Amino acid sequence: MRILVNGVWRETAGRELAATLEELGYGGHVVSTALNGEFVAAEARARTAIADGDRLEVLAPMQGG
Amino acid sequence: MLELYGTSLASRLLLGTARYPSPAVLSDAIRAARAAVVTVSLRREAAGERAGQGFWSLIRALGVRVLPNTAGCHSVKEAVTTAHMAREVFATPWVKLEVIGEDDTLQPDVFGLTEAARILCAEGFEVFPYTTEDLVVAERLLAAGCRVLMPWGSPIGSGRGLNNLFGLSALRAHFPDVPLIVDAGLGVPSHAAQAMELGFDAVLINTAVAQATDPVAMAGAFAQAVEAGRAARLAGPIEARDFAAPSTPVVGQAFLK
Repeated sequence: MRILVNGVWRETAGRELAATLEELGYGGHVVSTALNGEFVAAEARARTAIADGDRLEVLAPMQGG
Repeated sequence: MLELYGTSLASRLLLGTARYPSPAVLSDAIRAARAAVVTVSLRREAAGERAGQGFWSLIRALGVRVLPNTAGCHSVKEAVTTAHMAREVFATPWVKLEVIGEDDTLQPDVFGLTEAARILCAEGFEVFPYTTEDLVVAERLLAAGCRVLMPWGSPIGSGRGLNNLFGLSALRAHFPDVPLIVDAGLGVPSHAAQAMELGFDAVLINTAVAQATDPVAMAGAFAQAVEAGRAARLAGPIEARDFAAPSTPVVGQAFLK
């Protein structure tokens, strides 16, 4: 299935969010996630289903003022 | 000592971490500023990149407290969601709440700000709202549960200093017991000293240090200015007056005409 990851369409196997993050290459990264504009806590990723066309945001620490 | 949400801090200078020429300069500037708190943010990271991971390692190694922001958020929902994401990544209830209302001045949308503050305070966040010097807005933010306010000096990154001295002084006078941190717009150390002389509890600096020709030296200069301004405030500055007042005693002056 295709999902929008940080604004870029990506092909994924359509597993739960935790597995999808691994598949996308975020394994081991310190990140926070939001699915379709809603925050998904790290502990909820393993049971959060992904659907075709979902919008996934993967955010990491960054410099800020 | 400065106390913010029950946390005592040795420094009254908070430093932003953006726009430095390199991570090494950022580290040195944080040390030179003797900052106890630095602001951080969240941004998209591509899977192949590790920029965010490297940045976070650098900050953790410095042993400073972090204040995550919601920079770039224009709506209550964006800001609240970003705050949730930041709380998880940075493992802190602190959040510098920004809800931007206007792109030219980056001034806060104070209506969205108070609404987002109400939601986040109810959820246990310790909110540092980026606001204006407006007294009514300040009242609403305190009623929403904020126990620290961060009024702007002038627009973010403008370097214009304290645009509304009367308004900022009035804010200080109205809320003598609320920690007030001047955030945004300070350009040179004298601006920081002025804020401290007015009685503000701390200042937050980013662009003025990060974009200086020598950020590390400028960080040190700001640290001195903050200390000088604070010491001056405690020492009780004189009131300004319209006419001269001789400093040398006139009694006993020789008649030499």
